[in-house]
Amino acid sequence: MPHAILDRPPLLEVSHLDVDYVDPPHPPAAALRGITFTLQRGEALGIVGESGCGKSTLMLTLLRLLPAAGRIVAGSVRLDGVELLDLDARAMAALRWKRIAMIFQGAMNALNPVRTVGEQIAEAIRRHEDVTNRRALDRRVSELLDLVGIAASRREQYPFQYSGGMRQRAMIAMALACSPDIVIADEPTTALDVMIQAQILQLLADLRRQLQLSILLVTHDLGIVAELCDRVLVMYGGVMAEYADADTIYNGAAHPYTQALLQAFPDPTQPAQKLAAIPGAPPRLTDLPPGCRFTPRCPHVFARCHTAQPPLYAVTPAHQASCFRAETTSGGAHA
Amino acid sequence: MPEPLLRVRGVRKLFPIKAAGWRTHAQRVVHAVDDVNFDLGAGEALALVGESGCGKSTLALTLLGLEPLTAGSIRFEGQELAGAPPEVWRLARRHIQMIFQDPYESLNPLMTVGEIVAEPLQVHKLATATEERRRRIMAALDDAGLKPAQHFMRRFPHELSGGQRQRVAIAAALVLEPRLLVADEPVSMLDVSIRAEILNLLADLKVRRQIAVLFITHDLGTVSAIADRIAVMYLGRIVEIGAVNDVLTTPQHPYTQALLSVVPAPNPRLRRQHIILQGETPDPVNLPAGCRFHPRCPVAIARCHQVDPVLQAVGAGHAVACIRTTELRTNTL
Repeated sequence: MPHAILDRPPLLEVSHLDVDYVDPPHPPAAALRGITFTLQRGEALGIVGESGCGKSTLMLTLLRLLPAAGRIVAGSVRLDGVELLDLDARAMAALRWKRIAMIFQGAMNALNPVRTVGEQIAEAIRRHEDVTNRRALDRRVSELLDLVGIAASRREQYPFQYSGGMRQRAMIAMALACSPDIVIADEPTTALDVMIQAQILQLLADLRRQLQLSILLVTHDLGIVAELCDRVLVMYGGVMAEYADADTIYNGAAHPYTQALLQAFPDPTQPAQKLAAIPGAPPRLTDLPPGCRFTPRCPHVFARCHTAQPPLYAVTPAHQASCFRAETTSGGAHA
Repeated sequence: MPEPLLRVRGVRKLFPIKAAGWRTHAQRVVHAVDDVNFDLGAGEALALVGESGCGKSTLALTLLGLEPLTAGSIRFEGQELAGAPPEVWRLARRHIQMIFQDPYESLNPLMTVGEIVAEPLQVHKLATATEERRRRIMAALDDAGLKPAQHFMRRFPHELSGGQRQRVAIAAALVLEPRLLVADEPVSMLDVSIRAEILNLLADLKVRRQIAVLFITHDLGTVSAIADRIAVMYLGRIVEIGAVNDVLTTPQHPYTQALLSVVPAPNPRLRRQHIILQGETPDPVNLPAGCRFHPRCPVAIARCHQVDPVLQAVGAGHAVACIRTTELRTNTL
């Protein structure tokens, strides 16, 4: 991404965010630790990790929609300089959907089956904006459907009359209902065929350009991130493993976890390759290994890895990795 | 030439649609699978690729006798299965096992791993002696990569990760010592990091145990790790079939080319020019005239609206159903 964009004050600035899940009398589980990143206007940031890495917790924290057991322990989330973690419930509700909206995973089940798609999009507008004029509301619904490539004539139809891809488009229309600055897309193409996935990714790319939309794409699939994102944040066991621009992540990854994820990825243009699986499973948050959380699965472990979680080292000013092996290349500079 | 393990000829599966009203007489049908032919040898893996609704899962169900054929022949180890009585099917199914897509739903949550893997033996009344049964269960778990096996015997599915659950499903298939595994999207519900493990396991079973695999998927990206050959299906027909290398490196059918172009590249530097087909697979009730693919085909010409193309050889073991194949190939050379 051009440096001119990075130099501007960020639209969203998340720093040193710690989140716990509490379940007394058990000790709290460290769901997120030290999450720090920025999002510029018009930027697409990929947040990548396996199930249980904390990426969904992060999204819910940004929207302040954590379940009851979730506790934001430390850190800051600033939107245009305003601290979201200090807002009361009403101020946060006013901002949700109007500034930050979300496309939920599993469009198949996220729509209300007994109401028409048009009504559901109208509801999203009505809940967050003072639109009482029926005609203005209708016009806005038609515009939104048009924006996501659904014929306005299908607004009176029910979700079961839509295919999977169209339901996902309807979900996107709903997220755009109040013209948000940021859209969080949580696994927006899971359960869709590759061709429909390509259509949805194309749509997101077009909308981003057209509306200067910032996108947080949350996924376990490095492939769709390569298609859409400028920068990538790789998460593992609740911490940041690596954070850099997309080209660096795919061609100069410094963290062994990122490297392993890339090797596990099939490339259809290289038919003979053998896939390298990542042995073992991600850690449970209630049972974290001492030291670096990736040690049980890491091919490069040395003694120090068992003693402490490595901090984020700045490999370059725009490339950070939390691995002791990155310490030398970074000259020991913490991010 | 000796008969292959599985020989599929002219297989057709039509689903009649119930008339909307009692006065409607015109019988309409869904053409789920329409004249499919292929062979599968022992220890060979064929990937069946296509979008939702192309008929690939219906084809799998007919191979297991779970959907009766409308027409055609399925020979397994030389035995005709089409129209065969239930006893013949039951015997064949011992050797044709299926792995389903979602290991979160395909395993009984109230049964232990040991019980889940034992059940197929009970159904087929095999290994009735306790010792023998235990030995086979342990061997199956071990072969599926759940080691040490005794550690998993008493666990319940909810205690396992998605990858481990899929391994349990594979163990329950392996315990019968099958010759053919039908795997319907076995990795699409799993994280990318876990997918590689399961794909490598299936590839390994194929080589080590000489088990044939019919691998069903919508994602051309996952087939190279396991398949020897690929058959691409569109609206109930195979439109291209050939060796993995040929189909992935020189796809000839415009549909295969489009499917391959949208597989996400694992690197932003390798972003391909996407051929994004608009809309979705059309209604298999009202099939388009001529080539079934012509309404979405980026290179369709007038003749494609009339001529229904048949599979024609374009190379050794490589066949394509498109009337423009030769013409388009010469143009690009």
